[in-house]
Amino acid sequence: MYICVEDVSVNYQQGGSTFEALKDVSLSIERGEFICLLGPSGCGKSTLLNLLAGFEKPARGRVFIGERQVTAPSPKYLTIFQNYGLFPWRSVLHNVELGLEAKKMNRKERRQRALKYLEMVGLVQAKDKKPCQLSGGMQQRVAIARALAAEPEILFMDEPFGALDAITRMKLQDDILRICKDEGKTIVFVTHDIEEAVFLADRIVVMEANPGSVQGIVKVEMPHERDRTSDDFIVIRDKVFAMMHLKKEKTVEYYI
Amino acid sequence: MRIKLGKKVWCTVVSLLVLLAVWEAAVLVGSFPEVLFPSPISVWNAFWQLWTDGLSGSSSRVVLGVHILVSLKRFAAGYASSVVTAVAAGLLLGWFSRVFSYVNPIVQLIRPVAPVAWMPFIVLWFGIGDAPAVAIIFLAGFFPVLLSTVAAVEHMEPVYRKVARNFGLSQAQTLYKVVFPAAFPQIMNSLRLALGTAWIFLVSGEMVGAQSGLGFLIMDAKNCLRSDALLATMITIGVIGLLLDWGIRRLEKFVL
Ligand SMILES: Nc1ncnc2c1ncn2[C@@H]1O[C@H](COP(=O)(O)OP(=O)(O)OP(=O)(O)O)[C@@H](O)[C@H]1O
Ligand SMILES: [Mg+2]
Repeated sequence: MYICVEDVSVNYQQGGSTFEALKDVSLSIERGEFICLLGPSGCGKSTLLNLLAGFEKPARGRVFIGERQVTAPSPKYLTIFQNYGLFPWRSVLHNVELGLEAKKMNRKERRQRALKYLEMVGLVQAKDKKPCQLSGGMQQRVAIARALAAEPEILFMDEPFGALDAITRMKLQDDILRICKDEGKTIVFVTHDIEEAVFLADRIVVMEANPGSVQGIVKVEMPHERDRTSDDFIVIRDKVFAMMHLKKEKTVEYYI
Repeated sequence: MRIKLGKKVWCTVVSLLVLLAVWEAAVLVGSFPEVLFPSPISVWNAFWQLWTDGLSGSSSRVVLGVHILVSLKRFAAGYASSVVTAVAAGLLLGWFSRVFSYVNPIVQLIRPVAPVAWMPFIVLWFGIGDAPAVAIIFLAGFFPVLLSTVAAVEHMEPVYRKVARNFGLSQAQTLYKVVFPAAFPQIMNSLRLALGTAWIFLVSGEMVGAQSGLGFLIMDAKNCLRSDALLATMITIGVIGLLLDWGIRRLEKFVL
């Protein structure tokens, strides 16, 4: 196993009381897998992602990535943040070069590498613009290029396409899938959109709230280049839906 | 843009002309003794005399241009050293916020003390001449710039810090590639405010022991009972302050 989460709990202090955002979560992820974390708002998807990325510390349990315990963020595992986290004072090209500056790469190599990844996301012509001059979808592409240019093993993405319109969103889903399969990256991708998860994931981790935990895992056994209208697609979508729905009925019973 | 600028110039010209007219009218109507309330024309004559000849009856017959240059030199030394140390210290203290929570009480203790109150100590420590003016200007600029730099760093978007950490930037890289540019607009704003304040304190700095400069000229004119020369110097100080502010605004617009 490549990424290993062992019986992890995460607590937040909330005005004197402790809130259990994740409780006894275990999860294993293979190298090169595309994993979607799916669940209702507040179920701890972001918390789990931050935990894997080393931004959050578990109260109990351990997280391993490739034999090494995760204790802090590392450039080997890059996170693409919900609001992109681009630096507004830098041009697109210089934003993409950021991670390479930390690697003490010389200027020429840096430029070449940055341009290669800007080309991959189709934004070479915008290289001298500032992020604020780009649309949301383009900014997200820059953030993806910036992460890829640093050549990480894993990409963590927290609802990266949440703020985009449906068409841009589908286009970017195609792009991220193609790029990540070509580059052999492992991806952990947070979403609350079932179709998005079924379209992208090798496995979907369905989570539930109160306390945040893994409800079940759905393996998506379909080759990529998935057709959103095919029977297989709809069968899996319904399966995921049923799994999420199940929980809802249970809570209703409690209230009665 | 052009029209706006034209309008600004127009407003300035009109308001100055009205001021002159009211002033002249007050002189004509009131018929005050010339020493108590000099007329615009005698102030202009005094200005011209200062500019070409220096103050008659004074111990030092230096022309106005030289006084201005001397003052500007002291001002530049005090302001530049103040701003550089305040920004550097502000970045560090904002970044290492735990240190700042210990330093802050001391800063808050010293800050309300008017820079001029330090004068006796400054004279004892550094002697008279250039030092008091430079030191006063330093003190006048230091605390506002320090505090707003710290505030700017503390209010930096948390995601920038996360990005820098994730991409593996060193502390030094983070400070000058992320924290400084992120805080820069606010720092620039405080530099402009500090420029104005520091210029106000120039006169007090030059009133003690200096043998040249605009502050000295004020004292000199007072001692010679030359209210016309006094007013001419005051107007000169005002106009230079205005020009400094205009210059730094241009600079601010240019760099942001
Ligand atoms: N810093 C924090 N302090 C206190 N509570 C927090 C903190 N961060 C998250 N929580 C709580 O932990 C729970 C899980 O939060 P998390 O952000 O992981 O949810 P999520 O599944 O990502 O939701 P969403 O889909 O809305 O982004 C929520 O109930 C939230 O209120
Ligand atoms: Mg979230």
